Amino acid sequence: MSTGAPHWRDVASKDDAERLRALAETEFPGGVEASPIDRRRFLALAGASLGLAGLSGCMRAPAEKIVPFVHPVEGRVPGKPLYYATSMTLAGSATGLLVESYEGRPIKVEGNPAHPSSLGATDVFAQASVLGLYDPDRSKTVTYLGRPRIMGDLAGPLREALATAKHGKGLRILTETVGSPSLIRQRGELLERYPEARWHSYEPAMSGAASAGARMVFDQSVRTHYDLSKADVLVALDADFLGSGPGHLRYAHDFAARRREPLTAERMNRLYAVEPTPTITGARADHRLPVLARDVIHVARALANALGIGKWTDAPPDAATASFVQALADDLRSRRPGTTLVVAGDNQPAALAALVQAINRHLGNFGGTVLHTGVSEAPEDAGLSSLVELASDMREGRVTTLVNLSGNPVYTAPADLGFADAMKRVPLCVHLGLYQDETADYCQWHIPEAHYLEAWGDARGHDGTASIAQPLIAPLYAGKSALEVVGMLSGEPGRSGYEMVRETWQAHGSKQAGGFETWWRRTLHEGVIAGSASPTIEPRWRDDWQARAGLNGAAPARNAGPLEIVFRPDPTVFDGRFANNGWLQELPKPLTKLTWENVALISPATAQALGIKAATEGPHAGSHGEAIAPVVELTYGGQTLRAPAWVFPGQADGSIAVHLGYGRTRAGTLGSNIGFDANRLRASAAPHFGPGLDIRTTTTTTTLACTQLHQSMVDRQPVRTADLATFLKEPRFAQESAHTEGGDRRHPLTLYPDDHPMKGPQWGMVVDLNACTGCGACVVACQAENNISVVGKEQVARGREMHWMRIDRYFSGDSANPTAHVQPVMCMHCENAPCELVCPVEATTHSPDGLNEMTYNRCVGTRYCSNNCPYKVRRFNFLAFADYATASLKLLRNPDVTVRSRGVMEKCTYCVQRIREAEIDANNRKRPLRDGDVITACQAVCPTRAIVFGDIHDANSQVAKLRESQRNYGLLEELNTRPRTTYLASVRNPNPRLETR
Amino acid sequence: MSAEVHAETPPVRTPAGSPVLAPGHDFATVTDKISALVLTRPTSRGWWIGFSLSFALVMLLLYTIAYLLTTGVGIWGINVPVGWGFAIVNFVWWIGIGHAGTLISAILLLLHQQWRTSINRFAEAMTLFAVACAGLFPLLHMGRPWYFYWLAPYPNSMQLWPQFRSPLVWDVFAVSTYLLVSLMFWYVGLVPDMATLRDRSTSRLGRVVYGILAMGWRGSARHWYRYESAYGLLAGLAAPLVVSVHTVVSFDFAVSVLPGWHSTVFPPYFVAGAIYSGFAMVLTLVIPIRAIYGLEDFITSRHLQNMAKVLLATGLIVAYGYLMEAFGAFYSGNPYERYLQVNRMIGPYAPMYWSLLVCNVLGPQLLWFRAFRTNPVLLFLVSLVVNVGMWLERYVIVVVSLHRDFLPSSWGMYSGTVWDWAMFAGTIGLFLSLVFLFLRFLPVISIFEMRTLLPEAKVKEEHG
Repeated sequence: MSTGAPHWRDVASKDDAERLRALAETEFPGGVEASPIDRRRFLALAGASLGLAGLSGCMRAPAEKIVPFVHPVEGRVPGKPLYYATSMTLAGSATGLLVESYEGRPIKVEGNPAHPSSLGATDVFAQASVLGLYDPDRSKTVTYLGRPRIMGDLAGPLREALATAKHGKGLRILTETVGSPSLIRQRGELLERYPEARWHSYEPAMSGAASAGARMVFDQSVRTHYDLSKADVLVALDADFLGSGPGHLRYAHDFAARRREPLTAERMNRLYAVEPTPTITGARADHRLPVLARDVIHVARALANALGIGKWTDAPPDAATASFVQALADDLRSRRPGTTLVVAGDNQPAALAALVQAINRHLGNFGGTVLHTGVSEAPEDAGLSSLVELASDMREGRVTTLVNLSGNPVYTAPADLGFADAMKRVPLCVHLGLYQDETADYCQWHIPEAHYLEAWGDARGHDGTASIAQPLIAPLYAGKSALEVVGMLSGEPGRSGYEMVRETWQAHGSKQAGGFETWWRRTLHEGVIAGSASPTIEPRWRDDWQARAGLNGAAPARNAGPLEIVFRPDPTVFDGRFANNGWLQELPKPLTKLTWENVALISPATAQALGIKAATEGPHAGSHGEAIAPVVELTYGGQTLRAPAWVFPGQADGSIAVHLGYGRTRAGTLGSNIGFDANRLRASAAPHFGPGLDIRTTTTTTTLACTQLHQSMVDRQPVRTADLATFLKEPRFAQESAHTEGGDRRHPLTLYPDDHPMKGPQWGMVVDLNACTGCGACVVACQAENNISVVGKEQVARGREMHWMRIDRYFSGDSANPTAHVQPVMCMHCENAPCELVCPVEATTHSPDGLNEMTYNRCVGTRYCSNNCPYKVRRFNFLAFADYATASLKLLRNPDVTVRSRGVMEKCTYCVQRIREAEIDANNRKRPLRDGDVITACQAVCPTRAIVFGDIHDANSQVAKLRESQRNYGLLEELNTRPRTTYLASVRNPNPRLETR
Repeated sequence: MSAEVHAETPPVRTPAGSPVLAPGHDFATVTDKISALVLTRPTSRGWWIGFSLSFALVMLLLYTIAYLLTTGVGIWGINVPVGWGFAIVNFVWWIGIGHAGTLISAILLLLHQQWRTSINRFAEAMTLFAVACAGLFPLLHMGRPWYFYWLAPYPNSMQLWPQFRSPLVWDVFAVSTYLLVSLMFWYVGLVPDMATLRDRSTSRLGRVVYGILAMGWRGSARHWYRYESAYGLLAGLAAPLVVSVHTVVSFDFAVSVLPGWHSTVFPPYFVAGAIYSGFAMVLTLVIPIRAIYGLEDFITSRHLQNMAKVLLATGLIVAYGYLMEAFGAFYSGNPYERYLQVNRMIGPYAPMYWSLLVCNVLGPQLLWFRAFRTNPVLLFLVSLVVNVGMWLERYVIVVVSLHRDFLPSSWGMYSGTVWDWAMFAGTIGLFLSLVFLFLRFLPVISIFEMRTLLPEAKVKEEHG
């Protein structure tokens, strides 16, 4: 009789385990227990089935009654979506969401305007999370050694393990950063019950440096967040506060608010960035100084010196840095207190965070742009130390039961910890996760995790504002939330997440007007717990902060010597947890425009010195898809791996940046075995950067899917930009190329008289290039809203990605430190649309309200329209890209939008389904459409409100006013296409003293 | 047998000089010689080999089409921005080749160019086969080819007509009209010869099949009278089509806004290019056939020379077109047009552009030399070079214009996949298979028209 061997312990025979798992999967898709069958048992079962065949009607029947609605549910109209407030937590920080649900299926995520970390916007991860919910590769059943079990089977071994260990000795829980008040409460209860147990947390992409730095300078634990709306001058020291980290959506919003209309010299802020590798924040900066990651602190010290804070006798930095720092210090000093802001990056050591607190204090920013709060109920970010401790305890056999909640430490832990090997010494490992991932492989037990859209929870935003996360759908695969698993450990297996969350807030809610139930219902509806933001405090400054931060004495000598490696979370798959999400994989990385892969970023000068060539365009799709990059061998900390080299302007010389999240082996169909696993090079001593990288060229090349290899605008001006001084002198600098009558933009060259009748609203859009950060949230939002297919790396490399909107990225200036320009491009809905003229079957036509419409079922696919589109925004279904087969993905589709078949052209519709819905709604209410009734998907998600949509014939609409802006220009308007989408030119605000650079 | 007898017969001469029919033929020898190719000459081993190879390519074509229909046009190399690739390149190339036939038969007939007689049947057949190959491409390049009929105006429940402003709709009319008129013209021209084959066929099958195709032709004066007026009318109908088809094909490009396509020089330049490539293909096929089937008496050096001169003349027009395109780009001051021209010259496809200039501009200059015009082998090589050059020209126009248009962000590249090449090779196979079948079953040269070139016929005409 064969029993499954415990393959989980043996990596070498993993193939076998894989095969078994696949077998079990096909045999028992629902996850019924697959017990070994021998001849006797087979006969017994066969006899029993024969005997029971007639009784099959008596099989387990669902206990629920199915009855039609006798009275319709309030507010529920079939075919009309409902929105529910919830929140998504990433790395411990929540973004408030409103999730659109059709007939009980969540299909689209929007930001919750009432949530301070969102203000209605979301990032790419939240947008793509609905695809994660319906991912067919999600783990579907409890497994033991890879074989399906039921949840109850786990209770016994767990109980046994907990009973044998006194006071929970040997019980370890490992989580990611915990931000949920309920989970923190549960944690407290658990530790109370099992005082010897330990709770570890590890967030692969975060360091906890901010908390650690704050502990050095204050006499209490403090959280820091910022108010960018008050900041006139901002300095990012390796901090990507516009693109990642807690509160980045809010920060981007507040930052851009100062750069939108009306644009005046007084309102416009100035951003300096000092960073080793280009980020969204660096791309928006008016001045950017590329330096080695290890030198960022030197720049900060020089700045502190110049401001008169420290009196370090550092060796003077090089001339360029010196003049940069001097100009920066003068700029900061010239401002009023509380109007400047210096931010330290999370990847930098705590000492930098401490020093930056001192600089902000010196500049009078505390209470102005820099806000401190208490640590509320959450434990402090422990950084990596907690994981290091866990690993050594496991190795030494001090751990008897390890419960992994949500994380994937086998993949994400730095290589030198030997985490996987250490886990082999733990008698009982339990893993809770959305996927049967690498860690599940090393755990005997795996429990499918409930997606955040399936589970009750709560979370706090960047400023401490709490919100309840309510499920939008019952768990698809009977998954459990972390709360419920901890509940199980605490001996309350029956308690649901719902009860636990309510219990957590019982005390708070009962005190509110109307009692708990009223409060609860209102809170669920609003999505935000009113008044729950942590109150700001004024922590006491410690005078010995320099000593505590280790900043006394001279800085270690700055040697240009060894190459440095910098580890960063990937902009689209983060630490790897989103690796199996097709939308995120196919979303071009904000600056490199790479998809489906990670690379080693190298500056042009370093590449030249090392003899590494830049990627070249391949013959099949060229710079729109196919990049052929050389492969290099990276050796660091005794580990070697091969990675494609990507010569990238703006990367600091001597610094090589690699992104985490790739090279996964058990991510799923899409995410496994693509890219390289940078964690294998990570050392626990310096998990974010470190010197001593050895790089060797190889003769191999590899093909990468990069949607825009071309970096320059050539002789054209798709993105028009000027500095503030030029703009003030020539406010209409962007408007030269238009075909107009007598130079008046309101009289374009047209044969139609101006009074040509146009009834009803005339839709148009304005994109403010001064606000756009190029984060790409709009691209994923568009994909989610419009059922846009994922095509895969091979097809992207053939130039066939299907995104209806893209973010064009150009560089100008010096290749060592270029200025980056980003430009969202979607269908311009030209009034003189070149595509409409050439379609032989009238599949693309103009609507009376100014939309360039695409009639899919009329399209025969000549692709002439795409050829004749000067903006190349049309997308063609070269193959059958839409997945009609996968059952779970059918639930994901937006029922208002057609799924396009093979051979059909498609493109941005201005979210016509939203326009028509708003029109019908207004008509039913017998009122005209108002400005703001129609919000396109890209507009809704934009954190910086760079996209504005509306009726351009309504003089009072926001869009009409923006079209009157001096900065307004049409892309390629010299072709007289009369685009309905126009752009507001970008204006930079450089420091005149640094202009010569 | 009669070579000596007729040795003194003066050769038929056109005003220009050298003969269009070798001396020593009479009505009987002309008829014998041409009809023998079909009726009595045994099917040679060479024919079988050639036909088998071509037919194998047809099988490849059918396989490719089946794969294409089940999988989608994504099997080709096309992408965004290059939405049109081999399919359109090949379409324009084949259509261009299809131009020589009608030009030779219709326009030269109307212009009373007697030298056309011995090559018109062949050129017309070639036209039909080329148009058949060409027609496959626009049909199959569609994303959903099963809806091809939506491009035709027909009454339908959707109450929709095609979009008449689109040049693709004009294409449908232009190409289908051209195909129909060419077919009619060719068939009407064949009828008297069908009767000859019927009468001379020794097999019953031949008599029945050729008899049906001859449509009861008896050669009466009344038949001839009707025939002449019908043929003349069809020639009149076909003549403007020579100009119109490729003009309309050029509109596919010229009507767009794309730099490199949006050009007023396109219609005349395309027509000249079409005639150029058509004559090149006639030469490519005629020179070996003439040698293999011993038709030097009918397709004489004079024919080759005349065709070489047409090749040279149209080649010069085409060269002028290239020059004007480049000049226009520089003179326009339009940065996009300028960039396009520079990109053609030094961009990633520069080798193609320069090869095209070598093939189409330098190649035909050799024809200034009498030696190249009179030496069939050299002329054959030149014609091959021109065929390649014209394919490259269409590649440069279609692909190089598309691959870098307005916004550098969407610039890309294109290269044909194995299926692109399979489809192209397949249509060459189809074309050659049809040519082989034509050689085997139909008179390659118009028998009765050749007879009118004889001095005997001349005498009658003068009396009539």
